[in-house]
Amino acid sequence: MSSTELRHTALDAVHRSLGATMTDFAGWDMPLRYGSERDEHLAVRTRAGLFDLSHMGEITVTGAEAAAFLNHALVGNIASVGVGRARYTMICQADGGILDDLIVYRLAETEYMVVANASNAQVVLDALTERAAGFAAEVRDDRDAYALIAVQGPESPGILKSLTDADLDGLKYYAGLPGTVAGVPALIARTGYTGEDGFELFVKPEHAVALWQALTEAGEGVGLVPCGLSCRDTLRLEAGMPLYGHELSTSLTPFDAGLGRVVKFDKEGDFVGRAALAEAAGRAAQNPPRVLVGLVAEGRRVPRAGYAVVAGGEVIGEVTSGAPSPTLGKPIAMAYVDAAHAAPGTEGVGVDIRGTHEPYQVVALPFYKRQK
Amino acid sequence: MSNPQQLRYSKEHEWLSDAQDGVSTVGITEHAANALGDVVFVQLPEAGSTVTAGETCGELESTKSVSDLYSPVTGEVTEVNEDVVNDPSLVNSAPFEGGWLFKVRVTEEPAELLSADEYTAFTAG
Repeated sequence: MSSTELRHTALDAVHRSLGATMTDFAGWDMPLRYGSERDEHLAVRTRAGLFDLSHMGEITVTGAEAAAFLNHALVGNIASVGVGRARYTMICQADGGILDDLIVYRLAETEYMVVANASNAQVVLDALTERAAGFAAEVRDDRDAYALIAVQGPESPGILKSLTDADLDGLKYYAGLPGTVAGVPALIARTGYTGEDGFELFVKPEHAVALWQALTEAGEGVGLVPCGLSCRDTLRLEAGMPLYGHELSTSLTPFDAGLGRVVKFDKEGDFVGRAALAEAAGRAAQNPPRVLVGLVAEGRRVPRAGYAVVAGGEVIGEVTSGAPSPTLGKPIAMAYVDAAHAAPGTEGVGVDIRGTHEPYQVVALPFYKRQK
Repeated sequence: MSNPQQLRYSKEHEWLSDAQDGVSTVGITEHAANALGDVVFVQLPEAGSTVTAGETCGELESTKSVSDLYSPVTGEVTEVNEDVVNDPSLVNSAPFEGGWLFKVRVTEEPAELLSADEYTAFTAG
């Protein structure tokens, strides 16, 4: 392992002092877990967890035509996002294939922040830069300008309230506002990838350690624990959220992934991928390709990405993500399966786990939905 | 972490107890358990079956990965730990005690098993 080539976040020394098991994630040396990933997962479901997500790729888009440009470059209607709000969207190729899924925050009338997956940040940056030609809009690589700390879980509003004067009660899900947390200037966003209420705090890297420590102290009495990427993956899986490289790829359109709703054909102007996506939408409506479903194991063996889904001795699909679910106490998976076997409750579906066909139940996603 | 002095160790991170009435106990080390993360499923060789030193005899599944279980010695399996089958987290919480995996009547033992100090040096390097 040559760790010298890996990038390190501003919180690297903190992770090491906490005894984190580190892992290479998209070229970054990131915490996989600090202790038991199961305990970290359950802490986020019942109390609160603290995540370093500084590997995510921030791209700032500014200019008089920033809104029109993003409407052209992305599949969503970004111009309709209000200032202070955020939207889940995708960037597609001309052939409709998904380049990445994104969250776009509208910070001001003519200023947006696009957050890309770490593994795709360069691809998204390049595509946006290319697509900006002809628009009065500037695309800026801000990956080094931000550290990103997330506090997620039912106790997270209380923890954050003790450190900020910002109006958190007025901050809706998928909204973001600039404020000060523990004396540090931050973009406070009510977003996350865990299925819980929570916040993502974008700050300058030089403020990351102070903010992490302040959150740690504020959360001490309510059971906040530092959390790694391992539990982030099981949390998002239970919440039925797709992960690029697993449920999403350039070989799938948003319609193939069951996320056609993010494509807005009725917005003003042309956008990259429109024609191919219109075709994909028609295909999905009439003759659906494979459908993304949830699978719940009856046994204890864990399905992994790439394992075949089987029924009646035939391969009918493929697992995209699988893990033991700490909340359900059983292995779960997301899988693309033939439409004929996709209805919840379909009998006789199994997963080929290294040669053994283990029985699985087809269920609707998500596996877990928090009580509001 | 400290590796018990009275055990011997394989480079595949299994431990082996000294034989009592010809039967030794096998488990995986704390080092291996930590590297795996939370163990959620174990598949062990059946009692009565024969295991061969250095060959696969089961599976350990954790949240993130599947790992083969190798036998550190050759012999006949006399007992498997049903507690660990029912509660695989014992491998993490007590790898050298309640998280033992199986017992084996040893017929052949490879020469390269390590002492506790040698294994500690091996995993440090």
